[in-house]
Amino acid sequence: MADTGLVETLLRRVEKVDGGLDSQDVATSLGVDHQAIVGAVKSLLALGDVISADQRSSKHWELTGEGCEIAEQGSHEARVVSSIPEEGMPQSQLMKLAFGKVGFSKAMSNKWIRLDKGHEGGPRIFKTVEHLEDLVRDKLLLVQKGQASQLEEKEKNELKKRKLLSEVTVKSYWITKGSCFSTTITKQETELTPEMIASGSWKEKKFKPYNFEALGVAPDCGHLHPLMKVRTQFRQIFLEMGFTEMPTNNFIESSFWNFDSLFQPQQHPARDQHDTFFLSGEQLGVSVYKYDWKIEEAQKNILRTHTTAVSARMLYKLAQQEKFTPVKYFSIDRVFRNETLDATHLAEFHQIEGVVADYGLTLGDLMGILHQFFNKLGITKLRFKPAYNPYTEPSMEVFSYHEGLKKWVEVGNSGMFRPEMLLPMGLPEGVTVIAWGLSLERPTMIKYGINNIRELVGHKVNLQMVYDSPVCRLDS
Amino acid sequence: MPTVSVKRDLLFHALGRTYTDEEFDELCFEFGLELDEITSEKDIISREQGDTKAEGASDVILYKIDVPANRYDLLCLEGLVRGLQVFKQKMEAPRYRRVSPASSEPQRLVITEETTAVRPHAVAAVLRNITFTQERYDSFIELQEKLHQNVCRKRTLVAIGTHDLDTISGPFTYTAKPPGDIRFKPLNQAKEYTAQELMSLYKTDSHLRHYLHIIEDEAVYPVIYDSNGIVLSMPPIINGDHSKISLNTKNVFIECTATDLTKAKIVLDMMVTMFCEYCEEPFTVEEAEVVYPDGRTCQYPVLYPLTITLHESTEHIAQLLTKMCLRSEVMSDGEQIEVEIPPTRSDVIHACDIMEDAAMAYGFNNIPRTTPRTYTIANQLPLNKLSELLRQDLAAAGFTEALTFALCSQEDIADKLLKNISETRACRISNPKTAEFQVARTTLLSGLLKTVAANRKMPLPLRLFEISDVVLKDESKDVGARNNRRLCAVYYNKSPGFEVIHGLMDRVMQLLEIKPGQGNGYHIQAADDSTFFPGRCAEIFACGKSIGRLGVLHPDVINRFELTMPCSALDIDIEHFL
Repeated sequence: MADTGLVETLLRRVEKVDGGLDSQDVATSLGVDHQAIVGAVKSLLALGDVISADQRSSKHWELTGEGCEIAEQGSHEARVVSSIPEEGMPQSQLMKLAFGKVGFSKAMSNKWIRLDKGHEGGPRIFKTVEHLEDLVRDKLLLVQKGQASQLEEKEKNELKKRKLLSEVTVKSYWITKGSCFSTTITKQETELTPEMIASGSWKEKKFKPYNFEALGVAPDCGHLHPLMKVRTQFRQIFLEMGFTEMPTNNFIESSFWNFDSLFQPQQHPARDQHDTFFLSGEQLGVSVYKYDWKIEEAQKNILRTHTTAVSARMLYKLAQQEKFTPVKYFSIDRVFRNETLDATHLAEFHQIEGVVADYGLTLGDLMGILHQFFNKLGITKLRFKPAYNPYTEPSMEVFSYHEGLKKWVEVGNSGMFRPEMLLPMGLPEGVTVIAWGLSLERPTMIKYGINNIRELVGHKVNLQMVYDSPVCRLDS
Repeated sequence: MPTVSVKRDLLFHALGRTYTDEEFDELCFEFGLELDEITSEKDIISREQGDTKAEGASDVILYKIDVPANRYDLLCLEGLVRGLQVFKQKMEAPRYRRVSPASSEPQRLVITEETTAVRPHAVAAVLRNITFTQERYDSFIELQEKLHQNVCRKRTLVAIGTHDLDTISGPFTYTAKPPGDIRFKPLNQAKEYTAQELMSLYKTDSHLRHYLHIIEDEAVYPVIYDSNGIVLSMPPIINGDHSKISLNTKNVFIECTATDLTKAKIVLDMMVTMFCEYCEEPFTVEEAEVVYPDGRTCQYPVLYPLTITLHESTEHIAQLLTKMCLRSEVMSDGEQIEVEIPPTRSDVIHACDIMEDAAMAYGFNNIPRTTPRTYTIANQLPLNKLSELLRQDLAAAGFTEALTFALCSQEDIADKLLKNISETRACRISNPKTAEFQVARTTLLSGLLKTVAANRKMPLPLRLFEISDVVLKDESKDVGARNNRRLCAVYYNKSPGFEVIHGLMDRVMQLLEIKPGQGNGYHIQAADDSTFFPGRCAEIFACGKSIGRLGVLHPDVINRFELTMPCSALDIDIEHFL
């Protein structure tokens, strides 16, 4: 709040005039800095309609430092003339004076002085006039008195060129009475209080307006992780489609369930040390590929490379039932790959998997169910590419049309489990199993616009990103 | 997935027409291939080594095509073209024939007893009157390399040797000798070396050094000689220089030595079927006889088509299969189709593989999409259901969810938490690439503390939680370990905030409908735990069982995780509440 005394003085002045007044004039007449008046205007404006003030700007001419000197002491050329005695003065002496150089050339062009180059003892200067009219000084004095309007534009510009005058813009307020004008100020309340409500005093009080441009205070709350939010949505989609959740809480798996049961021969590249994490310590416990199958190899414990190992266990369990019943299973959990890491690959990621087992399921059924699944994710354009996978035949990569990238991008893998896998488990002939899988990280990175997976998963997560991430609606 | 790079113009010439990049991409998609990249040698060099190195390199357009891992028959230009031409019904699938030499005995490869110890199998064949051009020759060499990398499992299972038959004379002997006794001039070298010298020579060879380990420690090394004692090759390392093939070679002797006979037969079939189209009599391969130590003999290549009978009836399916290089005929009963699997299609092992090809020929995307009528009721896994519900309420209690790695260093779960590794029941990984993946985590705490450390610039306090699995050794499980679902939370601020973390624990118990108190309720009692500040740790008991701990972390733990503020933590096993 500006100085109350000044504010009240200002109000009294406004009261006295009929039309309004200029803040600049008020400052001049009160002899205070214009900025102080501007402060008073602003604080009055914040009170509501006490006054109204329109900002305006005016231009006026002002003397420069040199201009002020001339107004006081006369122009350089006039001073040259007055400093030359009757007997003249050597040119060299004149040039030593502060105003000598400029004054000499101007006085010469005005023909107020003459130069005798041939004078004995060097060039000498003599006056040619006794009385002169110092027009430059007169003009500057006019401007100084605020009567610049009496000068012609040409004259002002010429003086501006000589750097004696400058044009300045002054911002000021045109102050008039507001609809609630009063010369006394009531202090505004900032907030409603319980006392005001109890006493009813709020009815008389004025409240300071809120600034609706500012942001609110962030709520002090916890946040769910974006990847887990997407996980919850995928889980929801499977549940909506009638899929039962598989127990995938076993990161450590035997090579048997991870590879052998899924028809991946023991020399398969995926079983290389390079791709799979093997566990140290003691090991626990169908030959169309025509190789020597080693039980030790099947018993090696590993960190599962896919959740399909769990699907295989579940299908085996299903086959042990007295009577086969159709099932739909899903899981979303961590898998591990001993691979080279980069901006989009980590050694562990989440695999989403769906499996349906029933009599007579067809490739058309698989494509149909994939359509329904991806529809729920907001993906409607799908097409399928033949692919290779050791435990499914046919195998299809699922592509969706990405409207942003304007191209088809791979969104998942799918297929029908091979009979070589199903029959040894004891599933009845005629039962087919269709399945598909995708990673959780990729759709999450796309959804939340994250380019580096380390900012999303793991301890290097950017917590601000977690705090700021919106709810997950996959279909919008 | 192997990638084959072929010259675009050469490919289009062989296909008899040109395609736009989009059209060719579309054709690949239908056929189960992927046009991975369009590039040139110049591009590749300039990307890998800079523009200056690339100057003068060829700017012929190359297509890099991803081929499914089981389709060895598509690993070279010849195979790709043949597959696509038959698919587009531009040509009939060839029938490969094994023939006897016109005027002499077949070439013989005699295997001696000594090979049993190191690399027991060998097969061979001859490509007679072949015409190489520079492109064909390059493709021939490239296919060997591709097969070596894929089906041959980096030469461990099979190694291929190709020789100019006119420079050597059979019968050939495949034997094994002590490395000191083997001496020959290897491919592209100026002088002779013993096998021992070769092994040290190739130690620094960027390509060959990767194969040395296969035989390095054996007492004897495999070697093939001709009847004059000339060394053809020392598999799986290097061929002899004497018999190397060139553009002018007319007759090629191909041998494959192996630890896996099935794979050796496949590899030999691939080599001969892919290139026999350049023989004087196309699609014929001259047989070679392999003599085993016990006197048995065998003729190679196998080349016999496999026959599979499909119990499908339509003529249409038979037509579709023919498009996929699978000659098919509807049998007289009209109910079955007999399908002939050519030697190039070693990936076909069951009727379902054939049906996939039929579906591909029909076009996956032309199959009507249907909804299975399978009726099921969905069930959540109780453990996951509980976790989901608790997560929501922990966030509502002001804690933010972290998601940390299940793998970590041994230090993270032991030294840094002032614990001894032996008391952690941790499962150790035997082949970690970096120290970040030494063990499966036994606690969520270290992951949360690392998350705090990585976010020190964030405003205090930091309140984090995670509900996830740790892995503990458990002899009662078939794999000797089990997952355990834990709830862990930390509070990091200028003051330890034990009361905050204690309050969170009270809230969790309230959510789980457990009241304070002994017996069926919950209570905490002072406990000693090296991770926590002495006198500031309590054990949590619920329904009479110990379920976890809470307390103020030990200053040394704070330091070891590169933190500076006091921190309190809660860690409980939620599987008790199922």
